[in-house]
Amino acid sequence: MIATIDIEFTVNGKPVRISVPPRMTLVDCLRDMLGLTGSHIGCEHGVCGACSVMLDRVPIRSCLMFAVQADGAAVTTVEGLEGPDGKLSPLQEAFWDCHAMQCGYCTPGMLVAAQGLLDENPTPTSAEIREAISSNLCRCTGYQQIVEAIQLAAQRMNEGVDHA
Amino acid sequence: MKAAEFEYFRPTTLDEACGLLADTGDDADRCLLAGGQTLVPMMAMRLARPTHLIDINRITELQGIRDLGGSVEIGAGTRQRAVEKDPITRRKLPLLAAALPHVGHHQTRNRGTVGGSIVLGDASAEIPLVALILNATLIIHRRDGRRETMADGFFEGPMMTALEPGDILTTIRFPVWDGTTGSAFHEVAPRKGDYALVSAGAQVALDANGTCIRAAIGVGGCAPTPLRLQAVEDALVGQRLTDALITQAIAPVPDLIDPESSVHASAAYRRRAAPQLVQRALLDALSEARP
Ligand SMILES: Cc1cc2nc3c(=O)[nH]c(=O)nc-3n(C[C@@H](O)[C@H](O)[C@H](O)COP(=O)(O)OP(=O)(O)OC[C@H]3O[C@@H](n4cnc5c(N)ncnc54)[C@H](O)[C@@H]3O)c2cc1C
Ligand code: FES
Ligand code: FES
Repeated sequence: MIATIDIEFTVNGKPVRISVPPRMTLVDCLRDMLGLTGSHIGCEHGVCGACSVMLDRVPIRSCLMFAVQADGAAVTTVEGLEGPDGKLSPLQEAFWDCHAMQCGYCTPGMLVAAQGLLDENPTPTSAEIREAISSNLCRCTGYQQIVEAIQLAAQRMNEGVDHA
Repeated sequence: MKAAEFEYFRPTTLDEACGLLADTGDDADRCLLAGGQTLVPMMAMRLARPTHLIDINRITELQGIRDLGGSVEIGAGTRQRAVEKDPITRRKLPLLAAALPHVGHHQTRNRGTVGGSIVLGDASAEIPLVALILNATLIIHRRDGRRETMADGFFEGPMMTALEPGDILTTIRFPVWDGTTGSAFHEVAPRKGDYALVSAGAQVALDANGTCIRAAIGVGGCAPTPLRLQAVEDALVGQRLTDALITQAIAPVPDLIDPESSVHASAAYRRRAAPQLVQRALLDALSEARP
């Protein structure tokens, strides 16, 4: 047995100290050790995007990183996208309004990918949205409502309107 | 789909990493971990089972982009997305900047490194192809020394390079062309972000009269390694580039390449696509070079 390694990082703003086996992926650590089951596991080898989380503010695939590598980093999962008052974020709200999900398996990853895009580019074109979510597979929706939801979120955020 | 057990090391200096990698004498399988975008899936599928994983992500010597005037040096550990967004890359290495958006997705480029891609040396990968077209210098360290080698000759076969066990690729030095230059990169892939079925990159330099004084052209997915098309370059240099001349120059491309068939594209398809993509890249490079 290989010894576990102590790491410290923040998850959704909260400091975490934990001891992990080196081979444990970040997504397994988030789900199994921290109980944050919002990040999903689809393929476990980097092709589906269901496990997307933010690492130091940019979206990455958490099945392609070992948890030990997150030592010192700031991780945000889909659970961390909501407002401090527990209200849905404008992006989450827009997914709701546009019916941008069916089974919901891809949704956490889609939200993280889309939030990463909007953080960097508040006024994305439809082509830029498609590019940003090209990394995330959805078997249900055909993507159209997801693109529309991201467009709607961008529009609302730029207008500064609160639609809750 | 879980990696086998390994011991984890996280050196913070290049010396330390070279030492850890060189430390043999047992039957340990030592492996560097860069962006993990290829290695971690291989470990999950147990196609790779290193016993000692040496994480090079915290080594600052491997990070960064340095403008040296006539060349630009990129640390092997620099993230692909950082290079893509960097103003120096965009201004001085437009061919690399044009190729990077084709490498996977935002998310994989946020982790994947320039050096990791070159070390893998996939014949369909964009970064090795650009390194070959521009004939970048690869700077390699190991415990007992440092050497430089050219990208031309580095890619030896399918996923095989001139890197030796114990070597760490530390820096890639890309030459910067001066004068009136243009470049372009095109590929066909089954879906956005997939490895290319066929790709082509071209960079040309023109003199004041519009005569081509330098051309560098290469294709991916057309041979066991990325491939430079010297014969096409030779047909262009010294000439005024017209559409007719370019059509003539690309005519031999199907005979210069040695593609294989895969489930996604037959060798015959690749033979047809390659000259088209080379032509497109050349025409775009030319129109970028012309004021
Ligand atoms: C969904 C998806 C799509 C992708 N699409 C593409 C694509 O279209 N085109 C493309 O080119 N790639 C693509 N890739 C792979 C690309 O993202 C990888 O980044 C790249 O191939 C490897 O770089 P890395 O930094 O992740 O290396 P790692 O996976 O960490 O390492 C790869 C290998 O290189 C070795 N290594 C790494 N760095 C060094 C170094 N400095 N010195 C010596 N050895 C080293 C490692 O030991 C390992 O054997 C894709 C990956 C995914 C998951
Ligand atoms: S589970 Fe991570 S990309 Fe599919
Ligand atoms: S909603 Fe079912 S996979 Fe996207």
